[in-house]
Amino acid sequence: MANVKMTRAFDNDWIGPAIACIMAIATVSFFRPSFLTPFNIFVLLSAIAVNMLIAMGQLVIISIGQMNLALGSIGGLVAICFVGMMEIWGLPPLVAMTGGLMIGIAAGIMCGFVIAHTGISAFIITLAGLQIFKGINLGITKAQPFYGVPQDVKDFGNLAAFGPLPWLVVPMAVASLCMWYLFNRLRIGRYMLAIGGNRSSAEFSGINLETTTIWAYAISGLLAAIAGMMLVARLQLGHPSIGEDWLISSFAAPVIGGVALSGGHVSIPGTFFGVVIIAVITQALVMFAIDPFVVQIVLGALILWAVGINRWRELRVAKLLNRSQ
Amino acid sequence: MTVTAPDTGAAFAGSREYSMLARLLFSNEFGLLLLIGMTFLVFAVFLPGFTSPFSLFTIGRQIGIDAMIGFAMMAVIVTGGLDLSVGAIGVCVAMVFGWLVERVGFSLPLAMPAALLFGASLGFINGMTVVRSGVHSFIITLASMSIFFGIMIFMTKAQAFHDMPTEVQGMGKLKFGGMVSVMLILSLSVCAALSIFYRFTTLGRSMLAAGANPRAAEISGVRVGRVFVACHMLTGGLAALAALMLTARTGAAVPSMTGQLGQDWLLPAFLAPVLGGTLLSGGRIAVFGTFLGAAFVNIVTSGLLLMRVGEFWIQTCLGLMLLAAVLTDRGRYAILKRRGVI
Repeated sequence: MANVKMTRAFDNDWIGPAIACIMAIATVSFFRPSFLTPFNIFVLLSAIAVNMLIAMGQLVIISIGQMNLALGSIGGLVAICFVGMMEIWGLPPLVAMTGGLMIGIAAGIMCGFVIAHTGISAFIITLAGLQIFKGINLGITKAQPFYGVPQDVKDFGNLAAFGPLPWLVVPMAVASLCMWYLFNRLRIGRYMLAIGGNRSSAEFSGINLETTTIWAYAISGLLAAIAGMMLVARLQLGHPSIGEDWLISSFAAPVIGGVALSGGHVSIPGTFFGVVIIAVITQALVMFAIDPFVVQIVLGALILWAVGINRWRELRVAKLLNRSQ
Repeated sequence: MTVTAPDTGAAFAGSREYSMLARLLFSNEFGLLLLIGMTFLVFAVFLPGFTSPFSLFTIGRQIGIDAMIGFAMMAVIVTGGLDLSVGAIGVCVAMVFGWLVERVGFSLPLAMPAALLFGASLGFINGMTVVRSGVHSFIITLASMSIFFGIMIFMTKAQAFHDMPTEVQGMGKLKFGGMVSVMLILSLSVCAALSIFYRFTTLGRSMLAAGANPRAAEISGVRVGRVFVACHMLTGGLAALAALMLTARTGAAVPSMTGQLGQDWLLPAFLAPVLGGTLLSGGRIAVFGTFLGAAFVNIVTSGLLLMRVGEFWIQTCLGLMLLAAVLTDRGRYAILKRRGVI
């Protein structure tokens, strides 16, 4: 009985990433004790906070078995609109933030609406969305950054709330809890998983595919908007290139966390550990003074490795099922 | 020329009275030709300088390169998959070409086939990984895009190869009749070669069959795995050709020539085949349509640039164009279905 429980615990989707995560931290801090200094933990947590929001923005779309290439360009557009509204129109940060969230949700709904009502592949529609939002971003900024970020916003992105915990962790924690609640307790979240699991049976059970898809893209846009504004606070400026490098990491973290790209199954803790692994490795490369370009290679290799593990697990489960029949 | 998989070839056979006319009028190529003709006329009348020999030469050159990028993606869309790493393959090939010519001292006739072979081998890596792992090509090529680009930038230290032989740049400037770029002619010949390949060769036809229905193809004796790997190799080779053309146009091999991670190629790569009528689910491609798609996009882009829309808004226009293309495609399909043509 205990044995069964053990196997079940090890089959749990986030245990593997969690162990890998602890091992990575242990290895790096063994070779570089300065890894666990409060300052370094603070830097690490700030990066993790933003990347977790990005990863969850992709996770919502993965849950319905689709993909959102426009995630980064929505985040970037919101980031520069957020700073632009404060600098050009002189709006207070809270109003600008609300405006930013609205833009993110609206951009998400636009993609979701077209995908849901035409049935054209999400890849093509979000590729078009990526270009449209990026073009608007560059059209507004003329590729020049906005510098007018108020001190409050800068403080939020760069000060610690408690010990080595940055303020940026707060939105991450709240958003993660909300996402967990969405997928485990809310009807709309369960509908998303049902669609990702089996589209036609979800439709036959009376789930409204269109509405649910639009909801997923709206939430994805909202999370991208929050991530974009958190980056503004952290970088202390609204740079037009924000969001350009989100694509790979937004898929890498969920995949490393054991999420199936075919949809129907998500894991918030797994995604979190995926984000942490990426952040630790990126930081370690910096500490060991390895060429920062290597990060790209490592990230790609990590995706392949994680995909391999997921695939192996799938095959093993299939074999177990066959044996029990 | 639209090439359809053998088993879906009789799409229009249902209704005879529409078949000939509908086939012509509702074909993607006809619509695109009409659109190209109209936009070209409008720009030629209202924009002075649009029809100058130099303007036509640069538009033609860009059409040549974009069509080649579109062909590269088309070759893998046939399988129902995609290749996000075309841009990364392209820049890797350009850098290897620059290195071979500048550092190793290869002559051009030797370096060019070597570069094409290198592109095909990168495609081979993609194809093998996709087929062996059984994971969707999206995630595999997302990873390989990161790895290829990372290795390239690590090896080159982000330095460009500037001292190319003058012949390289000469090729980019070569023109016939004062306005027809050699690149345009090259891509038209590749277009013709690909049409013949997909229509008349065993490998080409098995690619279409395997893409349309892998199980049925497997049962009929097509070795689907090998064919898919061949598709990815073709993609790599065509991306390499596009990269060489781009190198000739720039006169140098620059690590940033396809954008961060090669993402700048993604839009032209998908825009041309989708406009041309290639089915994203695989099994049906339009070779000439892809060429026309690239032509249409570039004519509109240069027209907008001449109208001083501002280069930053062009990107938005291209995105909207992609959206409009897929929506009209859907609309046309619905009309055809209602009339009972399909």
